[in-house]
Amino acid sequence: MWIYEKKLQYPVRITSPDPRMARLLFAQYAGPDSELSAGLRYLTQRYSMPEARCRATLNDIGTEELAHWEMLGTMIHQCMRGASISEIKAAGLDNYFTMHDSGVYLSNPSGVPFTAAYVQCTGDPIADLHEDLAAEQKARTTYEHLIQLTDNPEVIDPLRFLRQREVVHFQRFGECLMIIQELMGKAKCAPEARCANP
Amino acid sequence: MDAKQHALLMKISECEFVCVELNLYIDTHPGDKAARADYLCYSQKLADLIGKYEALYGPLLGFGHSPTDMGCWVCSAWPWQ
Repeated sequence: MWIYEKKLQYPVRITSPDPRMARLLFAQYAGPDSELSAGLRYLTQRYSMPEARCRATLNDIGTEELAHWEMLGTMIHQCMRGASISEIKAAGLDNYFTMHDSGVYLSNPSGVPFTAAYVQCTGDPIADLHEDLAAEQKARTTYEHLIQLTDNPEVIDPLRFLRQREVVHFQRFGECLMIIQELMGKAKCAPEARCANP
Repeated sequence: MDAKQHALLMKISECEFVCVELNLYIDTHPGDKAARADYLCYSQKLADLIGKYEALYGPLLGFGHSPTDMGCWVCSAWPWQ
């Protein structure tokens, strides 16, 4: 089960409206390579992960992703807070405003709603870990694009933290892949390795 | 998981459930002093039970929230196992 801790993992304090960045941040809030996709992907893949260290890694990184998702929601909320209608229009958020006002809805910057089709769970630990490695790299590069697109230091600071976490997660998943490849290489046949539960 | 461990985990779940229920009640009745006193009482009981469990079987919570040797985190059974 999960227990809520009433704090952010890393502080977010955006003190003036920045609706243009609010719109772009939706990519990492509820887009295909978002923190929400990452969290749901890893927590879903835990059940069929056949090795203890990799299972723990999926559990714990999946949990950390939900903390990152909360940071993104906070950033979007604070970037939209106090924005005038003309600023919202100028940021291209008028379509969004029509349906959601200042609500932080699960969509990407183009307004496409979140979907489970963003995540995969093949039941094959090697395939799943490759997806996870790719997801971390896609999120890392998305954070770099976001950092390039703003001069707002209050937005850049948490984005830099989140980018660094993608790099660490990629390293941990790389170790998981090596662990799984070694485990499956030792097995006389692959199905036994898939069922092994050390 | 042996019967003793299971029984202690069930006691934790019961106590935690009381706290969840009181928490939700206090969300809409923050002025209810009796409920707040009950919450304090059960949250202390929960902390005691968790401390007792973790000393015997390893951490229940990650990310530094259990001052317990994390070696067992990887190897102990997950709830779906």
